[in-house]
Amino acid sequence: MSELLELQGVEAGYGDVQVLWGISLKARRGELTTIVGANGAGKTTALRAAVGSLPPRGGRVLFQGEDVTRLAPHDKVARGIVLVPEGRQLFAAMSVEENLEMGAYSARAQRKFDKCLNEVFELFPRLKDRRRQIAGTFSGGEQQMLAIARGLMSDPEILIIDELSLGLAPVVVHQLFNTLKTLKQSGISILLVEQNVHLAFALSDYAYVMAEGKLFTEGKPVELAKRPDIRQAYLGL
Amino acid sequence: MTGLLAIENLDKRFGGLAAVQDVSFEVAEHEILGLIGPNGAGKSTLFNLINGVFKPDRGRVMFRGVDITGMAPYNVARAGLARTHQIVQPLTAMSVRDNCTVGACFGRDNLPLNAAQQIAEEAAVFVGLGDRLDMPASQLTVAGKKRLELARALSAQPTLLLLDEVLAGLNPTEVERMIAVIRRIRERGVTILMIEHLMQAIMSLSDRIVVLNTGQKLAEGSPSEVANDPIVIEAYLGDPELAAEFRGALA
Repeated sequence: MSELLELQGVEAGYGDVQVLWGISLKARRGELTTIVGANGAGKTTALRAAVGSLPPRGGRVLFQGEDVTRLAPHDKVARGIVLVPEGRQLFAAMSVEENLEMGAYSARAQRKFDKCLNEVFELFPRLKDRRRQIAGTFSGGEQQMLAIARGLMSDPEILIIDELSLGLAPVVVHQLFNTLKTLKQSGISILLVEQNVHLAFALSDYAYVMAEGKLFTEGKPVELAKRPDIRQAYLGL
Repeated sequence: MTGLLAIENLDKRFGGLAAVQDVSFEVAEHEILGLIGPNGAGKSTLFNLINGVFKPDRGRVMFRGVDITGMAPYNVARAGLARTHQIVQPLTAMSVRDNCTVGACFGRDNLPLNAAQQIAEEAAVFVGLGDRLDMPASQLTVAGKKRLELARALSAQPTLLLLDEVLAGLNPTEVERMIAVIRRIRERGVTILMIEHLMQAIMSLSDRIVVLNTGQKLAEGSPSEVANDPIVIEAYLGDPELAAEFRGALA
């Protein structure tokens, strides 16, 4: 079973407004899968439908071949479907350590708490040095690291990251993509939404391009990068 | 070129955020000008500067040769400039007809009530709400509310119409219908300045495109010129240099 997480014809929206018009995509085990697309394409909505914070109106979400469409988000976290949300959404008044503890809320994660914490501190030594610091006092890049670390504390089968580099300085973006590369090499499965198409393609195994709530195209990044029509998904022409 | 609307060096700051910086462009009579740009580019702020919701920190807004900078929105509407809102703003307890009548009463002409009602009904019929004239606005679907937003602006009988994402949230069929309505509005001689995220739609509707990014004008030209402009492509797809450096660091 190479498909770890799969969306089949997922439709979703907010109130009367439908955003996703039938999205199908797969994230394979051990791979880095990326979703790119312009603002408003529905990338975040697709991730929210996958993790269940926005229940799909149609279609199915499969995890390891099992239908998890109607599972609550916390039940999905307990199975290892873990979201690092856009804008970090840290507990700003809590320390680094407390944020990490919040990531390890599920019984699954608590069993592996010490192991996960060691791994996270190895990946981000800076977080270990500053474990008592209040999260809200961190820079944007450090907060993004902490958000990833909190996600890793949930002992994810798949780590879903919404907007890794948004609003961060180039040097910080480099650090984060190096971290992503390390995570990928460690064998963890990742589903990434990223606004810099070139960066996303540089590291991904497979990519989906969304436009206007639908899938525009998909493929291996090396092939997609050569295609002139990717621009169409963003600019319409 | 002396446009119907001329925006000259507009600046607007909110605290430390420069929402609009030194933006200038003109809208020619009878054209459809599309305003595009990533989220947070300053598009809606620019609309609010044009119709007087905000006063710019610097620069001028010239409409039909008259300086309307900082003029109150109700006077801007009287001058013949109407707008729709991205988040629809119906008067929910009132009927479709009455919503449009409000638009007509406070529009370009100072109309008596019965004449305003006449104009209002025509506008509602024009956008396809003729069968829902007596329905309370609250009972309309999203597509219906979007049409009402448009009908109310049209009831003001504007020379220039500002459309803020009238296609957002509509299904593909409704998008097609709305595009047809927008084309017909232009055929009636109304000039249109529109913000839209549905790129295929705006690229096919617009005569010209202005691209905003982080509050500044990034590009201006025909849809194909803009879509092929490397600076515009970078604004949408991200900086390719960053990836090249990253690849270099990996090698």
